[in-house]
Amino acid sequence: MNPVNYLYLAALLFTIGATGVLIRRNAIVVFMCIELMLNACNLAFVTFSRMHGNLDGQIIAFFTMVVAAAEVVVGLAIIVSLFRSRHSASVDDASLMKL
Amino acid sequence: MSAQLAAYSTSNGEAFQFWVLGTVAVIGALCTVFMKKAVHSALCLAGTMIVLAIFYLANGAYFLGIVQIVVYTGAIMMLFLFVVMLVGVTAADSLKETIKGQRWLALLSGLGFGVLLIAGIGHASLTEFTGLTQANAKGNVEGLAALIFTKYVFAFEITGALLITAAVGAMVLTHRERTEHAPTQRELAERRVREGKHVPPLPAPGVYARHNAVDVQGLLPDGTPSELTVSRTLRERGQIRDVSAAALNDLKALEQRAEERLERAAIEPPHLKRTEEASK
Amino acid sequence: MENLIALLIAAPLLGAAVLLVGGRRLDAVGQWVGTLLSTVSFVLGLVLFGDLLGRSAEDRTLTQHLFSWIPVEGFQADVGFRLDQLSMTFVLLITGVGSLIHLYSVGYMEHDERRRRFFGYLNLFLAAMLLLVLADNYLLLYVGWEGVGLASYLLIGFWQHKPSAATAAKKAFLVNRVGDMGLSIAIMLMFTTFGTFAFGPLLGAEGQQGIAGDASEGKLTAIALMLLLAACGKSAQVPLQSWLGDAMEGPTPVSALIHAATMVTAGVYLIVRSAAIFNGAPDAQLVVTVVGAVTLLFGAIVGCAKDDIKKALAGSTMSQIGYMVLAAGLGPIGYVFAIMHLVTHGFFKAGLFLGAGSVMHGMNDEVDMRKYGGLRKYMPVTFVTFGLGYLAIIGFPGLSGFFSKDKIIEAAFAKGGAEGWILGGCALLGAAITAYYMTRVMLMTFFGEERWKNQPTRSPEAPSAEPAAAHHGEHAEPHPHESPKVMTIPMIVLAFGSVFAGGFFSIGDRFLHWLEPVTGHSEGDSPLSVAAVTGATMVCLVIGVGIAYAQYGRRPVPVVAPRGSLLTRAARRDLLQDDFNHVVLVRGGEHLTRSLVYVDHTLVDGVVNGTAASVGGLSGRLRRLQNGFARSYAVSMFGGAAVLVAATLLMRAV
Repeated sequence: MNPVNYLYLAALLFTIGATGVLIRRNAIVVFMCIELMLNACNLAFVTFSRMHGNLDGQIIAFFTMVVAAAEVVVGLAIIVSLFRSRHSASVDDASLMKL
Repeated sequence: MSAQLAAYSTSNGEAFQFWVLGTVAVIGALCTVFMKKAVHSALCLAGTMIVLAIFYLANGAYFLGIVQIVVYTGAIMMLFLFVVMLVGVTAADSLKETIKGQRWLALLSGLGFGVLLIAGIGHASLTEFTGLTQANAKGNVEGLAALIFTKYVFAFEITGALLITAAVGAMVLTHRERTEHAPTQRELAERRVREGKHVPPLPAPGVYARHNAVDVQGLLPDGTPSELTVSRTLRERGQIRDVSAAALNDLKALEQRAEERLERAAIEPPHLKRTEEASK
Repeated sequence: MENLIALLIAAPLLGAAVLLVGGRRLDAVGQWVGTLLSTVSFVLGLVLFGDLLGRSAEDRTLTQHLFSWIPVEGFQADVGFRLDQLSMTFVLLITGVGSLIHLYSVGYMEHDERRRRFFGYLNLFLAAMLLLVLADNYLLLYVGWEGVGLASYLLIGFWQHKPSAATAAKKAFLVNRVGDMGLSIAIMLMFTTFGTFAFGPLLGAEGQQGIAGDASEGKLTAIALMLLLAACGKSAQVPLQSWLGDAMEGPTPVSALIHAATMVTAGVYLIVRSAAIFNGAPDAQLVVTVVGAVTLLFGAIVGCAKDDIKKALAGSTMSQIGYMVLAAGLGPIGYVFAIMHLVTHGFFKAGLFLGAGSVMHGMNDEVDMRKYGGLRKYMPVTFVTFGLGYLAIIGFPGLSGFFSKDKIIEAAFAKGGAEGWILGGCALLGAAITAYYMTRVMLMTFFGEERWKNQPTRSPEAPSAEPAAAHHGEHAEPHPHESPKVMTIPMIVLAFGSVFAGGFFSIGDRFLHWLEPVTGHSEGDSPLSVAAVTGATMVCLVIGVGIAYAQYGRRPVPVVAPRGSLLTRAARRDLLQDDFNHVVLVRGGEHLTRSLVYVDHTLVDGVVNGTAASVGGLSGRLRRLQNGFARSYAVSMFGGAAVLVAATLLMRAV
């Protein structure tokens, strides 16, 4: 098997995640789809690392994880405060630039 | 020749693992997108992430594979589940689309993007696979550490700052300043009396021999269920067992038997009709 | 000495400022403050005049540069003054006659509550008029030009409670705007043609030739015609003459000072001052003479028909300024005589107006001459001064008008050729008509039976216009009486001027020698001898007086005006000037504006509204894209990313 298949898998997962972002309305699921996209990227980076024979790709993936953690923290906080004010976690409900 | 071939391809074991687990990962991803309940989505995503962790390990990224399991499935997904619990179940969970054309556009652009991306990868001449044997010679973690604390040290520091900022930001976002003092129990009791709202404790749920039955509504003397007896959350989730029909049927059968024995004309109690309609 | 020039203007300007913003505390002394500051200006003028006389003829141009007003690259306008013989003549006339009329107004306006403001306006007028004649460039002259227009507007409409006065003020202002457009266009043309509008480089100074003659004749003609338009507006010449008659709604001292002696002669000043330009444009000069000739006949005919004493005098003013413009249009032959007639006219016409004011003062502000008659017994001083002014204006031998008007008629003939004959003939005819209408005024006012007896001079529904007369009692029979000394003294002084000024100027050609360095002079070749022209003028004079005596001296004057011939009726309506303006200008303007409004509503608004509607419609559709749903935006982003990937792949493939 050619390791390029990992890249195909990453592309497929990324596309699924992106489509999920577009069609789901629950903000939490949307977030999960974003995480899926990030993970797909990480897989690609790890594969690249193996392809080039150095560890820089893994470092990038590591940083991606850290940033994803930070993003999740802030994003979930936003979801919680949105839910508090609207009693809904739907991204469509926040369609006006006011409460 | 064989060494070159080794660089191109992997062992059969890894190929098998890839095809099996890759299928699982794709299914998990699709389930994440299409599952109706957020909890199920989260569980499917966790599964996909574990598969990805295995792939990391197979690709020689041992440290990342472990971190993936510990940080992602262990911490981040748990965070998601907490938030799902906090936010609860809402009607927005239905998969019915509300924006006109959104689904088709999304599928179209997703399909187009995916095809283009895969075509791009296929088009690229990715023939050189060096492998990580040399890079991981002193150990994967040591290699990463050497890079992080030399070449990427500034990025690393900045990432630390970012994490702290994110933590502070999350606290600021979710923090609510209490503008009035919390009412004491005495004040709450007085308010209840003043407002004339249900002063005594709420009635207990219907107790049923088989379990503790917090999801069973208590029956009023005429056999109809009381809404006050179960938690509102359970009712909204539709997790209530309605036993009133069984009880009423028992009652009805009893009365019928009594009438047959006493040879009396059946007098239809008026409330029975109502409850039957209600139970429909 | 040069430093005094600015003070000439500063004194009345100070007076205007003090009187107009000083408030009621100055009500009691306002008239004396105004008169004093005007007199100060006159005294300064005399001092400067003495200084000029002490210099040689070529050295009599004083300049004072006060400050740089509009210093823009290439466009340099300074506040600077130029006092030469021409300006000096005007300064003395303006401040001298002005001071006398200030004095007269002290008596005339004695009972007006708003006297302080009146004197403020008078001082403002003096300052603006002095600025006009002292400016050393056309732009500053324009400031003075507008300033006198403003003062004229304020003073004509001084009794603004009378609708007629308010309307007259508006009319004067509007008609003057037309002329002012001419002046501003002339200044713009000068700047584009010569690159400057200062007198020094343009018209020449201290014996040097100016650059005005360098331009092509066409450009000079254009500038000259625009200047003529300005002069027509300010000096009430045909076709912008219509405002002067209505301007008589103002108080009589205003009529005397502004609308007889000084402001209306500003047009003549402008033409004479711009002699260098007019000399290079013979066609424009011809137009000037035609305008002058037409106006002198026009004004004279109107003057014959008016029963209102002030309007008759206004017609006379128009006619006399026509003489001046005619003379100014003759070129170097006539410039000096135009100014000379201007000065003598300033004396006798101011005297006549003051006399008319005095008569009105004594007659409960009655202005209809048909209700006068036989007043010589009751107002001897007014009679004598008015009579001397009368003799002067008709050109009685030996008096001022004789010398100045005779010279203009001679100069008109001296133009030579057919033009000379026609212009001279017009001037002679004008002299005859002048004699006629002035005799008519004189006879109807001071001679004949006393038609004012046994009838109230005012009908009850027409209350006294001039508040000064309020104390006389409105319905009573008038009791003609002589005016107080403060009013008669200026009249007497002006009568002296009317009698002696012309002779003083003419004997030994004093005035000619005084002005010649500025305006230049040349003797034309007259086809008639001086004696012949003088003889012809005398004959015209006698004919005019004779006809008037036959009509008004021998027969009783009817109190109600007879219907009269077609010409009489037309002349009573100012020779249909207002009807003409109404039909041609007002109607035409209305039609023009209506069609413009139509075009604006359909075409312009259509384009504008159509653009707005299409933008609105388009954005209404585009707005639907902005539905606020984050997922819609995400689709756009994702689609965009797909397009980018496609583009990248395509570029790599190519």
